[in-house]
Amino acid sequence: MKMITAVIKPFKLDDVREALAAVGAQGVTVTEVKGFGRQKGHTELYRGAEYVVDFLPKVKLEVAVAEGMLDAAVEAIISAAATGKIGDGKVFISDLDEVIRIRTRETGDEAV
Amino acid sequence: MENNVYELQFALNTFYFLVMGALVMWMAAGFAMLEAGLVRAKNTTEILTKNVALYAVACTMYLICGYQLMYGGGWFLSGVDTVANLDVAATLAQNAENGFDGDAVYAGASDFFFQVVFVATAMSIVSGAVAERMRLWAFLAFAVVMTGFIYPIEGAWTWGGATVFGMYELSYSDYAGSGIVHLAGATAALAGVLLLGPRKGKYTAGGIQPIPGANLPLATLGTFILWVGWFGFNGGSTLKLGGIAVANEVAYVFLNTNAAAAGGLIAALITARLMFGKADLTMALNGALAGLVAITAEPADPTALLATVIGAIGGVLVVLSIVTLDRLKIDDPVGAISVHGVVGIWGIFAVLLSDAEATFMGQLIGCLTIFVWVFVASLIVWGILKAVMGIRVSEEEEYEGVDLGECGLEAYPEFVRT
Repeated sequence: MKMITAVIKPFKLDDVREALAAVGAQGVTVTEVKGFGRQKGHTELYRGAEYVVDFLPKVKLEVAVAEGMLDAAVEAIISAAATGKIGDGKVFISDLDEVIRIRTRETGDEAV
Repeated sequence: MENNVYELQFALNTFYFLVMGALVMWMAAGFAMLEAGLVRAKNTTEILTKNVALYAVACTMYLICGYQLMYGGGWFLSGVDTVANLDVAATLAQNAENGFDGDAVYAGASDFFFQVVFVATAMSIVSGAVAERMRLWAFLAFAVVMTGFIYPIEGAWTWGGATVFGMYELSYSDYAGSGIVHLAGATAALAGVLLLGPRKGKYTAGGIQPIPGANLPLATLGTFILWVGWFGFNGGSTLKLGGIAVANEVAYVFLNTNAAAAGGLIAALITARLMFGKADLTMALNGALAGLVAITAEPADPTALLATVIGAIGGVLVVLSIVTLDRLKIDDPVGAISVHGVVGIWGIFAVLLSDAEATFMGQLIGCLTIFVWVFVASLIVWGILKAVMGIRVSEEEEYEGVDLGECGLEAYPEFVRT
């Protein structure tokens, strides 16, 4: 099993969610985050004092998938989240030691 | 028949004071919302507590001793007719003696009510300037002295007609209180801010750090509420309504008050746009208030166009003042000292533009008298409070937010910060 973590532009969230549902990914956890990669921040102004805002609002998704669905899910995320402009985000893939469904205590691929 | 007219006149003047007083009371809500919107979320509960409490303290202290010191209304309002002891016949006789065009006769309680809300206004100017780092109880202790003593004394010298410690009399013209209320509040605030120091992290080696307010919708709502309340502040200061000339005066006061606010807002918005390249909402809001303060000393005599210009000059001044105070490292989170102090002084002198009877020296001496008295008295009180109980919260409390340390409550508990 793999954990896919993706940081995307906030307005792309609905598109990515639909794309994941289309390939069969059952659930996803979403958090609002701030961050930057190579996308620069911007300057804001408050009562005459300037300040640079480095951190841009992003959305982080976490989806647990069975190995067999990994490529399809990653492809779904990337196609849906891309705009072609700087700041589109990144996908991180990590190994998942175990997944357990709390209600039924199912483990492994059945719990994903 | 004539008596019936006098009774109606009494009733109308009393009613007028009460309704205008209620509008000025509504300004307390305006200040509370404006300040709540311009501080950070972690300090919101505390500033709201300060605002509601200072209103209550002002009402109580003015009742206990302030009204007596300012107008001789009697300790604990002993001089004000109650429901039980009002002598209707004597009141009617007084009204008849003054005649229809003479001094207004109205219920003493309505006069107190109208006056007490002005005290609260002066005091609430202070809460914005010292926001986010002053201890709540030290502030309330100051409020007790300011509303019971400092403001009433200078109010006595100006509106009350008393001599200044027996030394001289003022010939100072201030219709609704640009100096008596607004400059006074700002001066007390300035004294406090000088002893308090700026918020941590505001002035760093890297320059002036902005500390944006948490809720601009509230700040805007607060400004509009103050704008509406100001119709009572200036309108009520005409002090009577029953008669053609005076009703016309009241109408023109409303008109000019509104025009000055509009002029101030536009001027501030344009000034901010020119200086910073952006339409800073908070500057526009301060501009509207500056316009209102600027016209407060003389809202009846100017033409509507002049009132707009007076307000506009206030709007430009307030933007420049806010930036200047920051450069002087005088930290004022809501711009209170600029809006009420700097523009209050402009308002005092703007009187000369339309009031033929006012004199430059009269305005100058009045302005200086108010400023010196309030500044010195406030500095002493703040100084004593600082020595005895401390006026500033600890660094850790300031970092965590005064809401937790002073109030034990968060204003926005469900908002998770990332």
